[in-house]
Amino acid sequence: MAERLSPLEPVLRPGSHGQFEDGVGVVLSEVAPGSIVQLAAWPGQEKAVIAAIKKVTGLALPDGGVANGQKAAFGFAPAKFMVMDEAESLSEALTKAVSPETGTVTDLSHGRTAIRISGPKAGWVLAKFFAIDFSLVAFPIGAGRSTVHHDIFAQIQRSAVDQFDVYVFRSFARSFWHALCRASEEVGYEVR
Amino acid sequence: MLITCPYCGPRDVSEFTYQGDGNRERPAPASQNLDAWNEYVYDRLNPAGDHNEVWQHSGGCRSHLKVVRNTLTHEISSVVFARGHVPHRSPTKRGSKA
Repeated sequence: MAERLSPLEPVLRPGSHGQFEDGVGVVLSEVAPGSIVQLAAWPGQEKAVIAAIKKVTGLALPDGGVANGQKAAFGFAPAKFMVMDEAESLSEALTKAVSPETGTVTDLSHGRTAIRISGPKAGWVLAKFFAIDFSLVAFPIGAGRSTVHHDIFAQIQRSAVDQFDVYVFRSFARSFWHALCRASEEVGYEVR
Repeated sequence: MLITCPYCGPRDVSEFTYQGDGNRERPAPASQNLDAWNEYVYDRLNPAGDHNEVWQHSGGCRSHLKVVRNTLTHEISSVVFARGHVPHRSPTKRGSKA
């Protein structure tokens, strides 16, 4: 596979920034999964696609989404799913498992940038961008949300209680990163 | 104004795009019935009250939605997926309440 260059590379400055004297409110990092794949089921084929995702990744998708550290999957629209893997071969495996009659598999590994925001203020900072409910009740662990910050479309998965993975278009990633850093300044942030 | 997307839940109207009047019926592409085309392109019920509309959750799951919105209060009384949407208004019911 072609070597991937991160769009965040010129602006990612590891270390603590902003008002971190009283502790770091959020930790920002790039996840850089090996595979980001989008699946869409034809009408009536949703269960077959969910079964194919389970067969290939072992991830069951009963309640919207699941994340286990190495792999993650969530639904982001009716009969449409994002599946991520640290390994690079996911797209090929899913293409074999999903027939053209069942649905489509699109490899977005080079088209999306995954930004992880974690820490006690993660939901609070993201709430400044996105008009969705970040409470644990409304947005449970593993679930995914499709939303938008101005023209930057984002798919967000809650991968832990205080951790969110935000998938944005690669071409918007640097701009979004800048905005995310600015928004995190007042709570203190660490870039890893 | 909030629209409760059947997939995403309640979201701000800024995430949605208005796709037009949900009452009109598009004539067959080859139709040469000028009255039907005129009605489709220009005629609107413009009701003061519940109005059938088509919206897209363009800033979310991108589903097309069939919405009933009250034009006086902005109250949204129904949101369903637009798949299989059939316009409510038939040509014979012109001028009837949406």
